[in-house]
Amino acid sequence: MKRNPMILIFAVISLLASRAASKAEASPQNARGNEAATAVNIDNFSFGPAASKVAVGTTVKWTNRDDIPHTVVSTDGVFKSHALDTDDTFSYKFTKVGTYEYFCSLHPKMTGKVVVE
Amino acid sequence: MSQKKKDEIQFDHNHDGIDRRGFLKCMAWAGTGTLCVMQGGVLKSYSLSQLGQLGAKQASGELSFVQISDSHMGFSKAANQDVAETLKAAVAKINALPVAPEFLLHTGDISHLSKPEEFDAVDQILKTAKARDVFFVPGEHDVLSDNGEIYHERYGKQTRGDGWYSFDKNGVHFVGLVNVMNLKAGGLGALGSAQLEWIKSDLQECSSSTPIVVFAHIPLWSVYPQWGWGTEDAEQALGYLKRFGSVTVLNGHIHQTMQKIEGNVRFHTAASTAFPQPAPGTADSPGPMKVPAEKLKSVLGITEVDFVRGKQALAVVDSNLE
Repeated sequence: MKRNPMILIFAVISLLASRAASKAEASPQNARGNEAATAVNIDNFSFGPAASKVAVGTTVKWTNRDDIPHTVVSTDGVFKSHALDTDDTFSYKFTKVGTYEYFCSLHPKMTGKVVVE
Repeated sequence: MSQKKKDEIQFDHNHDGIDRRGFLKCMAWAGTGTLCVMQGGVLKSYSLSQLGQLGAKQASGELSFVQISDSHMGFSKAANQDVAETLKAAVAKINALPVAPEFLLHTGDISHLSKPEEFDAVDQILKTAKARDVFFVPGEHDVLSDNGEIYHERYGKQTRGDGWYSFDKNGVHFVGLVNVMNLKAGGLGALGSAQLEWIKSDLQECSSSTPIVVFAHIPLWSVYPQWGWGTEDAEQALGYLKRFGSVTVLNGHIHQTMQKIEGNVRFHTAASTAFPQPAPGTADSPGPMKVPAEKLKSVLGITEVDFVRGKQALAVVDSNLE
């Protein structure tokens, strides 16, 4: 077997990169750039941000910071949360490209969308 | 002329159910200790000695009931840490009324999270009210489980579709509607075509002089659409109600009292027994509004509704829990 140092270096770099990436997903606070895309806060009867743009394969996590329950329901029936009380969360992993509009089924004036590219 | 004919309304020029001739005749008897009561459009007289045979309601020719709303059992945040206590205060208020209501109407958001124990708690508290029955319609907080199964299992036994129904009491026709299911993104409350069809056929049975009371959770008039305080397709239902001389619409959802009169229709929303919400447009959002603890009961309340024959409109009186 011919040892190729470049392959070894590349392997090490990939390993470190993938570990860093998975760490970033597990604790979104560390990856400031990703937070805006993957986290949606529910507060004051609105989704913030109301429109999110994420890459395919991203998990979006909604957190209810309001003092009243809300739900996250896709208008196309793609995802649907339970009723989220204060501090409850709902996550969904977007595996297909597209625009996903959603709303709160309790307070249907609350709408948002996730654009997956 | 037969005895019966003498007491019937023959000329109702003011359309208020009172016949002038009958009224004058009745007044002539007043000095002899006779009670004249309008019942079923007929002026009946009872001597004072007969009063003992009459129930209080018959004697007064009235129907009285109480509307409560938005008990949100299970809510426990800054705006009210003990919604059970304030619901009990509402029941105490009901029990202190000079004449016990015949029944209660709960216009929804009975529970906060559609949990069985929340519904149980409300049922237990309402059992202590001096009213024979309680009639419910769901709020959006009551149908959080898939298609509102938990609600329907408890309160939907004699209802149609998503939980609508009607019943009659003392000649008044009551229609309970559901406008919190299958809501569309960006929309308001909704009745849906199946329910609208049912409303149309249900009302066909009633004469135009039958007083109608419609009750539903979300307001059937456009209180404040920006906050979802309205019902998309209520206009169609109101169209079916146009021919009736007396229509009272009782709603909840907005946690404050509000009234509007449009022709023969009186719209009314009740206060919550749990927590108040801001007046339209006065806050960022319609969420629970915190008030100083000593002021809480003054912004919660019950609504007494009295039907007095001879009057077109039902008397609707809000009172705070104090």
